[in-house]
Amino acid sequence: MRKVAVIGAGMTLFRRILQETGKELSFLATKMAMEDAGIEKKDLDMVIMGSAPDAFDGIHLKGENLLDGAAAANKPYVRVFNGGGTGVFAPIAGWWHVASGVADVALVVCEEKMGSCFPHPQTAFRHIWDPFLDRPLNTNLVWLFAMEMNRYMTVHNIKKEDIARVAVKNKRNAVGHPCAQLPDENITIDDVLNSEVVAWPVQRLDISPPSDGASALILCSEEKAKKYVEDPITIAGVGWNIDSTMWTNRDLYFPRYVANAAKMAYKMAGIDNPRKEIDFAEPYDPFDYKELQHMEGLLLCDKGEAPILTREGVTQRDGNLPICPSGGLLGVGNPIAATMGQKVCELYWQLAGKAGKRQIPTDPQIGVGQAWGDIMQMGTVIVMKR
Amino acid sequence: MMSMKKEGYPKYAPGTHVSRKDIRNKNKTYTWWEPEVQYSWAMGPAISRFLQELKNGKIIARCCNKCDRVIVPPRMFCEYCYKPTDKWLYIKDTGTVETFSIAYLDGDARRIKDPILIGVISIDGASPQHGFMHYFGEMKPEELHIGMKVKAVWKPEKERTGAITDIKYFKPLKGGGK
Ligand SMILES: [Zn+2]
Repeated sequence: MRKVAVIGAGMTLFRRILQETGKELSFLATKMAMEDAGIEKKDLDMVIMGSAPDAFDGIHLKGENLLDGAAAANKPYVRVFNGGGTGVFAPIAGWWHVASGVADVALVVCEEKMGSCFPHPQTAFRHIWDPFLDRPLNTNLVWLFAMEMNRYMTVHNIKKEDIARVAVKNKRNAVGHPCAQLPDENITIDDVLNSEVVAWPVQRLDISPPSDGASALILCSEEKAKKYVEDPITIAGVGWNIDSTMWTNRDLYFPRYVANAAKMAYKMAGIDNPRKEIDFAEPYDPFDYKELQHMEGLLLCDKGEAPILTREGVTQRDGNLPICPSGGLLGVGNPIAATMGQKVCELYWQLAGKAGKRQIPTDPQIGVGQAWGDIMQMGTVIVMKR
Repeated sequence: MMSMKKEGYPKYAPGTHVSRKDIRNKNKTYTWWEPEVQYSWAMGPAISRFLQELKNGKIIARCCNKCDRVIVPPRMFCEYCYKPTDKWLYIKDTGTVETFSIAYLDGDARRIKDPILIGVISIDGASPQHGFMHYFGEMKPEELHIGMKVKAVWKPEKERTGAITDIKYFKPLKGGGK
């Protein structure tokens, strides 16, 4: 396998509704990544599109709909999709295009428009449930996460305020992000704890917002990358893993599929001790408790220890293990697949020292990004090195 | 050549924010579409039998002889051993609350005043943590807790249709039950 470098990244504004079409958003993110890398469409060998359920846009064959905006016309092109896992899985697919040698330069574009779906994107989520046993109960996806959060809190005896700290940290971190939808430098734990109870234990400010947006990443063989950049940021390891669909037959307190994916990625990256070797992480945080559960799944701490590290300030941008320095999904927004912008583009910006106001001050060398999807069962992990 | 600039990336944030009001008030050019489509699913042997047994007021599982699991919801193959499951087994209509939520949000994300009590129940007689999602009733929200023993409340026999909703909800199991 060849080594793969990242040579450019881009992302659009994230907002509840953007006027631009999915194609246009893909174009805007891609253009920014191309400017960053200093390349043009003719330099791209292949294109990978990541986009989550078709039901959001109401357009089936969404990959086909988006391709012109993703610089893919007359190129080898594929759309990948595993729900919320897509934002990290799409760059993994990009990695294998280049690592295998079939492409020298590959563009990864992730797009989501959730704002087109009425009365609420949650309505589209109803179509992801098992039609036999789950759907007749008129299910809402937030119930599912509330049940998972409750199990996690109860098994480890975690207080809600220790989970709320994550929402506060990430919304504050997002203040330095030009694309952010919900940055808030004054938010407090009490604001989260006093927000509307949506489905106990989930409250309004525990949840990331639905968003429109797109992000893009340009991958290149390490050899060729020297043509574009002096010290390329490389993809050191990738991993993915999925658990059984039968979610009522699993203990929801720990994401073992994320741990499996992380072990795969760490092995490839030659990381024996992730706690010592990894400098910062971008775990998937569509809900505040998910950041904690995913830190544990990524083997960055013991089971049940993530809330304690958060309380002690370890996960702050200037702490020992900065978590979600981008502002995460909670602060920057959650256009499902396009969260590649926080989970992977941010690794690149941080490792390249280009994160501006969001820059981790301790000169990070190794970062890990992770996403989570399908019905609480998919873990996707990427390790990047300077 | 990329330089280690201190200036922040992304350098700009392209895109034009519009509000739902802009859409509703037609301040922006838009189009509307309501899909009209219906589906009918044949449920396969495992879930068909499970639902027909619910109509009889019974919960049935499948057993895998290799991993010794009593599996509910039942399936005709074991996803771990990757072989056909071996036999049917009736299990109880009582169980334990594995997790739950008190939901103030319905299926369309509309706010509701009286909360829906929803959770996962592991069923007595099945393997640990084998069960399904259902509602809870005949209890106050604050009584509901993980580890609580519960029992199915069935619809009257005539009203059952062979659906998961043939069980109305699970109620607290008091005094051990049957
Ligand atoms: Zn088995």
